[in-house]
Amino acid sequence: MHRRTFMKGTMAAAVVGVAAGAGLLKPGRVLAAEWPKDAFAAKSVDETLKSLYGNTSAAASNEIKIKAPIQAENGAVVPITVSANMPNVQAISLYVEKNQFPLVANLNCNGAEGYFSARMKMGQTSDVQCVVKAGDKLYTAKQNIKVTVGGCGG
Amino acid sequence: MARQTRMRTKSQDGATEILVLVNHPMETGQRTDPKTKEKIPAHFIQKMTFSLNGKEVAVADLGVAVSKDPLVGVRVKNAKAGDKVKVTWSDNKGETGEAETTVR
Repeated sequence: MHRRTFMKGTMAAAVVGVAAGAGLLKPGRVLAAEWPKDAFAAKSVDETLKSLYGNTSAAASNEIKIKAPIQAENGAVVPITVSANMPNVQAISLYVEKNQFPLVANLNCNGAEGYFSARMKMGQTSDVQCVVKAGDKLYTAKQNIKVTVGGCGG
Repeated sequence: MARQTRMRTKSQDGATEILVLVNHPMETGQRTDPKTKEKIPAHFIQKMTFSLNGKEVAVADLGVAVSKDPLVGVRVKNAKAGDKVKVTWSDNKGETGEAETTVR
């Protein structure tokens, strides 16, 4: 390994370490919590919800709008936009139910609006679920996306 | 190798959308190299932190199901022109990146 790349690697690790340390010193900043490894390794939506929010009872809501294609030709890049119109949105998480690990992303808000957009991979045609945590309650919305070519593996 | 992080803001109806594009492979760890038949190790962004004028407004935890070269957007209210928006990210190999821009 070249010395320069090695140095860069250690520097980056040091920066992360410092950031984590700063997080510990300020308990008010819950946002800088660890990456939720268990949630991303969970194999079902319920398991993930439990791990993320400690609660699995999510009520269906019309206040959540999912903007995504009904049919996606390329499962490797499926654009999705979620907006939640309820007040006090604390977190938004996105799931592709039939992926091996359903959780795609989880957004913790602290001042930002209930809005999240990303592009995701989908292995096959599946329901896409969005769970919004607002005022300590969970709300959910679903949309089916048809995938012609899978985006996982190969 | 430094990865390119680009950022753009778009204001509409009193809300500002922050769009971030990172040049990153987002390798899932489940793919095999077609030539060597070996597994390609996972390499993906885990955390993305958005701040407005130095205050954290949102933290996104990303998984392997986010597409290659992720384009992530969040929206903030009450951002004025000239406000500083910053994003930092880190991946599972300890690589980090950041970008900064001002709201237009």
